[in-house]
Amino acid sequence: MQTTANAPRPRGSLLNDPQVRAWAFQIIAVVAVVALGWFLFQNTQANLEKRGIISGFAFLNNSAGFGIAQHLIDYTESDSYARVFLVGLLNTLLVSFIGIVLASILGFLLGVARLSPNWLISKLATVYIEIFRNIPPLLQILFWYFAVFLALPGPRQSLDVGEVFFLNSRGLYMPAPSPSESFGLFAVVLLATIVGIIALGRWAKKRREATGQIFPLLWTSLALIVVIPGLTALVAGNPLVWSVPELTGFNFRGGWVMIPELMALTLALTIYTAAFIAENVRSGIMAVSHGQTEAARSLGLRPGVTLRLVIIPQALRVIIPPLTSQYLNLAKNSSLAAGIGYPDMVSLFAGTVLNQTGQAIEVIAITMSVYLAISISISLLMNWYNKRIALTER
Amino acid sequence: MQTHTFKPDLPPPRMSVGVVGWLKANLFSNWFNSLLTVFALYLIWLIVPPLLQWAIIDANWVGSTRADCTKEGACWVFIQQRFGQFMYGFYPTELRWRVDATLWLAIIGMAPLFVPQMPRKAVYGLAFLAIYPFIAWTLLHGGVFGLDVVSTSRWGGLMLTLVIAAVGITGALPLGILLALGRRSNLPAIKVICVTFIEFWRGVPLITVLFMSSVMLPLFLPEGMHFDKLMRALIGVILFQSAYIAEVVRGGLQAIPKGQYEAAAAMGLGYWRMMGLVILPQALKLVIPGIVNVFIALFKDTSLVIIIGLFDLLNSIKQATTDPAWLGMATEGYVFAALIFWIFCFGMSRYSLHLERKLDTGHKR
Repeated sequence: MQTTANAPRPRGSLLNDPQVRAWAFQIIAVVAVVALGWFLFQNTQANLEKRGIISGFAFLNNSAGFGIAQHLIDYTESDSYARVFLVGLLNTLLVSFIGIVLASILGFLLGVARLSPNWLISKLATVYIEIFRNIPPLLQILFWYFAVFLALPGPRQSLDVGEVFFLNSRGLYMPAPSPSESFGLFAVVLLATIVGIIALGRWAKKRREATGQIFPLLWTSLALIVVIPGLTALVAGNPLVWSVPELTGFNFRGGWVMIPELMALTLALTIYTAAFIAENVRSGIMAVSHGQTEAARSLGLRPGVTLRLVIIPQALRVIIPPLTSQYLNLAKNSSLAAGIGYPDMVSLFAGTVLNQTGQAIEVIAITMSVYLAISISISLLMNWYNKRIALTER
Repeated sequence: MQTHTFKPDLPPPRMSVGVVGWLKANLFSNWFNSLLTVFALYLIWLIVPPLLQWAIIDANWVGSTRADCTKEGACWVFIQQRFGQFMYGFYPTELRWRVDATLWLAIIGMAPLFVPQMPRKAVYGLAFLAIYPFIAWTLLHGGVFGLDVVSTSRWGGLMLTLVIAAVGITGALPLGILLALGRRSNLPAIKVICVTFIEFWRGVPLITVLFMSSVMLPLFLPEGMHFDKLMRALIGVILFQSAYIAEVVRGGLQAIPKGQYEAAAAMGLGYWRMMGLVILPQALKLVIPGIVNVFIALFKDTSLVIIIGLFDLLNSIKQATTDPAWLGMATEGYVFAALIFWIFCFGMSRYSLHLERKLDTGHKR
């Protein structure tokens, strides 16, 4: 019997050999990319030389010489550009953080409302979602800023809530807490209570697993966390001193102020992103098949327990990946601050600093790498999370 | 022998049919639901009547100046007076017919693509895509056939928004498909290049891309080569959106079963013919709704060109609200802009849903 297994392969033209072709294509592609890069680099060098711009990051140490409306860390006009970058980065993170928290709350409420058996509520949620996700976020930001917050009355005619919160065209003024002498004691007691509750929870779980008896953990811990620190505050005195904003002359003094740019930006981003989050939540809940609910009911679980132990854990597996990408979108959309002059990283750094120094390449590279770093780290985190919660089948 | 005659069926309880039944089932099924209904009614009462009062009942519809707006409500006179600018930007008034003609040509030219019975749709579509941009450029920009030149710096309003969106999607689609193929390629070097490209653009906000294309692009170009502002914005938009298109198309490619690749290879098709004749037609059909969604996002994102000083619809309106003759018209202006954007985006999202249903020929449960 003859076998063909060891017979030499007939060789065709070198052009038709898939391996040769694969190598050739890859080499061509790499050479093309490198050539393009080299071409751009040459042009850039020539252009920079012609314009007399010295590349490098030395400009970061120069004094900025302009003021910033909102800075979370100390900042004066004589501070360096590096400090400006830091101020902008913190402002971006502030907007993203507030926006993410508020949009999550609103989005979850809307997503659940859209699935509500109540016809009116579900239609209202649908109308909200269809309106706000189809209007560009920048337009919403401009609307809130120019048509609402800047159109508010001046400081002397501020709208107020209980003489404590004041809203006017310069922003939202609210009381600011600062620690008093008894704050240390209060903090220690609060911490001890929390540790105690965690220990209690562990004990309750152990007892439940051993004996099946259920301990009313929620109510006990709520009572503990209200009563013990509350008693401490009564005995030792109020742990926080509130400085309430007061109208002096033409403006308010004291307290915290949320500038209108920040309000417009957070409000618009919250409203816009919440519409998308609501859709994610809805699809996540709908992805849990009805059989799961029925199975839980037939095991005798009450509706609340079913929701907590059966539906939500399974829905979260579907919700969380798109939810993170919405969070990322919100963080990226916070760069729309440039449209109303909120001092975020893009408008401060890629706007003002770039104009002042002309160091276009360095400034844009720094700004972009911050966003890249954020998105890459979030997607790594997401991959890890997805692996952890993925269904383990057979 | 006794015979039984059945009594006629009783009607269902009055509380479970008709309007009352519907109300009871959908709005007042238990105390919590009733509470929610009352809350929702209160919310509607809080929002809708004042809105109608402002936008329609108390609104000013006729006039020519700000002084004509005497009533409490919205001053739509402002929109009426500036309508031309919102639609065409600074395009010369006597030449605006050219913009209209371009739009009508696009509508008439694309209409056959939406007729299901049309034969050879793909060939017609490609031919249209190949020819139309030249006609549009000739009409809008002019410079030949005795048409006056209208430089792109005078383009604006809704027209500019549509131009950016249309050019953006037509440029991004082929590039995105190539990138998606590259990302799924077996060749490591090509895969790395495509993945880097895609992840880079997806990781940064569009604003920084626009900043980059407006300040860095001139540095990248050799002596004597010059792009105007619109062109620079378009390049940024195309590169940015192609990454998103690539990810959508990749989803479609991944959904094609391996058997299709193997069958195509067994037929002796090479890579490009396998992709062009077997894989892509199926994959693209799957992702059309996804592409429409990218287009909606792109349409909303066109408003960002405001940052680099182009006068699209949003910027035209923003500028008009700062006109001293029309101060305090910000609300009317932005509401009008929102309405236009909403109509486009909502319409497209409905169309995408419709396509999804129509194209869903496979696994139906």
